[in-house]
Amino acid sequence: MQNKIGKQTLRFSNVNILSSSSVVGEMESQGPLAKEFDELYDDQYMGKDSWEQAELFILERSLDLAIKKASLSATDIDYYLAGDLLNQNISAGFSARTLGQPFLGIYGACSTSMEGLTIASTLIEGGFGKYAMAAVSSHNATAERQYRYPTEYGGQKPVTAQYTVTGAGAIIVSAVPSDIKVTYATIGKIRDLGIKNPFDMGSAMAPAAADTIAVHMRDTGRQPSDYDLILTGDLASVGYPIVKELLKRDGIILGTEYNDCGLLIYDRERQQVFAGGSGCASCAAVTYGYVMNQLIKKKLNRVLIVATGALLSPVSYMQGESIPCIAHAVAIERKEN
Amino acid sequence: MGTYWTAFYVGGLICVLGQLMIDIIKLTPAHVMATLVVIGAVLDGLGLYEPLIKYAGAGATVPITSFGNSLVHGAMLEAERNGVVGIITGIFEVTSAGISSAIIFGFLISLIFKPKG
Amino acid sequence: MQNNKYKSLSKQLAPTTPILRNCVVAFLVGGLICVFGQFVQNIFLEHFNFTAETVGSPTVAVLIAIAALLTGLGIYDKLGQFAGAGSAVPVTGFANSITSAAMEHRSEGLVLGVGGNMFKLAGSVIVFGVVAAFFIALIKTLWGMF
Repeated sequence: MQNKIGKQTLRFSNVNILSSSSVVGEMESQGPLAKEFDELYDDQYMGKDSWEQAELFILERSLDLAIKKASLSATDIDYYLAGDLLNQNISAGFSARTLGQPFLGIYGACSTSMEGLTIASTLIEGGFGKYAMAAVSSHNATAERQYRYPTEYGGQKPVTAQYTVTGAGAIIVSAVPSDIKVTYATIGKIRDLGIKNPFDMGSAMAPAAADTIAVHMRDTGRQPSDYDLILTGDLASVGYPIVKELLKRDGIILGTEYNDCGLLIYDRERQQVFAGGSGCASCAAVTYGYVMNQLIKKKLNRVLIVATGALLSPVSYMQGESIPCIAHAVAIERKEN
Repeated sequence: MGTYWTAFYVGGLICVLGQLMIDIIKLTPAHVMATLVVIGAVLDGLGLYEPLIKYAGAGATVPITSFGNSLVHGAMLEAERNGVVGIITGIFEVTSAGISSAIIFGFLISLIFKPKG
Repeated sequence: MQNNKYKSLSKQLAPTTPILRNCVVAFLVGGLICVFGQFVQNIFLEHFNFTAETVGSPTVAVLIAIAALLTGLGIYDKLGQFAGAGSAVPVTGFANSITSAAMEHRSEGLVLGVGGNMFKLAGSVIVFGVVAAFFIALIKTLWGMF
């Protein structure tokens, strides 16, 4: 069983990234990474009638862009994996209707991007197809109206709250050689240390991130310093110090190579985003936009993307349950490594 | 019925009470509103809310606590005329304007405006 | 790590809520909304046929209409984030909770969307107010009888 190493990590020898895409909305197009995204929209409705239709629109844009950048057509995609934050994954399902290719809907909350990339990589590594595409979307208004309050409601959000990223990201992997490969994926386990507050996701998700990072390092025999960049998906300013502390107590030091997508995508001083970004697109837009650009330009050689998700529902929260969380890590490297 | 100054500081203090419930007890806004309405109802039951209205005017009628006060008032008005049955027939008598206008204006605004996010 | 140990670790590393700033702003904004209410009330008392007993209704109706409009214009949510309880506790907050829910669910149609969801946030205020008022009035009436 040479493709599984350690307890939870998969090793890939033949998974290449052909292309990726990132599409974002208003807040993100005013943030520090604006130049790194493929398409920017300053109208949160994207010209559509509802928030949900707007989210579907940017997800479909991300698919079109990824397919075009790989010089493929939709019918070349052997498997399409997608997920979003909405009930019954409607953005993913409806985008699959448009794409028309074999589809697997997946749900990992904000960790869905790396969950999708992991499964897509296994399909390619196993020789089950030539091209696999994984995508996610999230939208600030659709997340707010489903998980929290109507968007025009005047309820005051606490300092620990996060701002759901409006965006979509897609990635195409294949056995066809390219310079950038997916080398490892560590599938996470659920971690729930009793946090119940849905306005404090960072605290809820940090233990899962720490757990997956620790397992990944032990399974691969690597250190954090072996990576040019380690990014968590959306721990933001609250979860960031907690994950560092938890790993420190476990003997693993996260140094300057560590950052968080939710902190990178916005300028917290200028933009009212509370603790920082969250949502599936927090990890996806930053990874498939900014990080992929740096890998292509050879400014980064080896990165570890750790997407984090909080698996609560509005009902579970109201019934007094705590928030079970998960984190999935994927290592992406330039082939010279 | 109250002066600008008493309306200001009494209304302000009731809001501070709500803010402390949010920040220290960590209640959601919905829980805070429900609690304040019940407090208003209890205070009217004890005969303390009407004097507060005389003193603070809008400082006591504008906060959501006055909603609880009006509900008890309406109930008591009808109960005095018709006994215990009057409680149920009278509850919405005084607050009718508040609830009706909230429904009507809320509905109309939803026809005209789209949420901006 | 045990849950309670983790709770204290996360509390230790958490950002602090600016309680004093929040209370001061809530006091000022809430107070000013009440001052405006007082102004409206005085207009009704002086220029219309309302008495001290009946003036509450039109005053509240005017404030609700204004709050609904501000919600529609997309202003009230910004005020709410700034003022917290200062804009949520006055009856304007009640109007905002109903209007914002109505607006948000318009995409699901008038009957099931607007009509069915309007009281999502405000419903508990009405329910608890009515139930509390029922028991309080009941106790007072029975007390008065014996």
